[in-house]
Amino acid sequence: MHSRRHPIRNAILVIVGFVALAGEVGAADLVAPSVQKTLEASFSAKGQATLARLAQDKTQGLCTHYATSPIPAKVVTEITAMGFATIKYPADGEYLGDWQRGEQIAQSGLGKQSSDDVEKPAGGNCYACHELTKAEIAHGNLGPSLYHYGKLHGDNDVVKKYTWGKIYNAEAFTACSSMPRFGHKGILTAAQMKDLMSLLFDPRSPVNQ
Amino acid sequence: MVYFSKRCAMAILLAWGAVAPLSAAEAVADPLSQYREMLGGDNPADLWVSRGEALWTEPRGPRKATLVQCDLGLGAGVVKGAYARLPRYFSETGAVEDLESRLVSCMVQFQGFKREEILASRFGDGERHSSDLEALVAYVVTASKGERMAVPQNTSQEKRAYSMGKAIFFYRAGTHDFSCATCHSADNKRIRLQALPNLTTPTGAQAAYTTWPAYRVSQGEFRTMEWRLNDCFRQQRLPDLKYGSPAAIALTEYLARNANGAVLAAPAIKR
Repeated sequence: MHSRRHPIRNAILVIVGFVALAGEVGAADLVAPSVQKTLEASFSAKGQATLARLAQDKTQGLCTHYATSPIPAKVVTEITAMGFATIKYPADGEYLGDWQRGEQIAQSGLGKQSSDDVEKPAGGNCYACHELTKAEIAHGNLGPSLYHYGKLHGDNDVVKKYTWGKIYNAEAFTACSSMPRFGHKGILTAAQMKDLMSLLFDPRSPVNQ
Repeated sequence: MVYFSKRCAMAILLAWGAVAPLSAAEAVADPLSQYREMLGGDNPADLWVSRGEALWTEPRGPRKATLVQCDLGLGAGVVKGAYARLPRYFSETGAVEDLESRLVSCMVQFQGFKREEILASRFGDGERHSSDLEALVAYVVTASKGERMAVPQNTSQEKRAYSMGKAIFFYRAGTHDFSCATCHSADNKRIRLQALPNLTTPTGAQAAYTTWPAYRVSQGEFRTMEWRLNDCFRQQRLPDLKYGSPAAIALTEYLARNANGAVLAAPAIKR
């Protein structure tokens, strides 16, 4: 409607659209081709870690490009929107599983390494970066403490939906987060993510003691 | 690995008992210094050093030649101080080389070894200590212990290697989106209880670079910088870093150059 009455504005919109498209660079264009070439020449496939893992997706390319400079607001929006679009919520609407299995998944650092058995399930390695319970003192500090997570955030579907999304694809909420995209990249299964959700939310879980 | 080191640390903690006044991170740092004290200044890496010295001076390979003709950057046969000034550009190979790729070049050039044969046992396996390269590295590095790091950047090749190394350091990829920077670009961070050096700052890079290569207690092996880089890439879920590859040398250039000015304390003893 507007465009019919404002041909100039319409033309501007078209131009803006072209600029946006031109700005829509592929991941490969973000990092110098010499870097890609050097990496391809410098690695060999081993176990499940094939050379395909060196190729970046759009998010990885953008986050590499802005690794040492502030990420422009427009790019933050782009990354979080891309991340959000990938999130698959549980088909049965059930967010919870078994907190004891969740604890095992949080402890395990195995999975996806060239040295790992593809037949064995991957872990989440949550303790590598997060404090979760007082019993486990060997926790890292790259991520915030999640101790008392359920107790502090409450037991409601809004919080659970957010938390599921955060585990599924952390980029949806924090552009260029250090946290792996556990659901999106197929590191954890939906069942494993439910177990982790229970570790965070179950009142009997040591996280909430 | 994470499991092993954690269990190992916990066992030491439990046996030790008096953990209460210490933070968890301090408590784990200490058993290692106790181990170092027990050794009374000795380093098991010395076993690799003496074997490496023999490998350097004995005639070996199809050409039955020694390595004393090998130029590590300070002239043929000069070992003392060489490691503190590597990587550097070598006009004869037309490439920037780190110590490890340079040793391979010399073994091929002077002794007539085949590159693939040398690389077949580039790392020891924890039982036979079978890597000649690790022994040679131990010998050459020890001859720079106490020297100040002074990695040159006089050539365009060295400058390019540095910027390439920096780009690789920040390159995010793989199933977990990790780059070197994910773990090594902030101060006072830990994975589990393992302290992570901030390799983007002179202080962090100096502390880390000058204490590698090292004798790795948990593996009973002497480990080189290329081994260390490859183990980081393994945990980044990336493929295998080729020995002496451009990426390995560029990353080493970036870290070594950032460590300039610090006194080399390697070979060290690590967990």
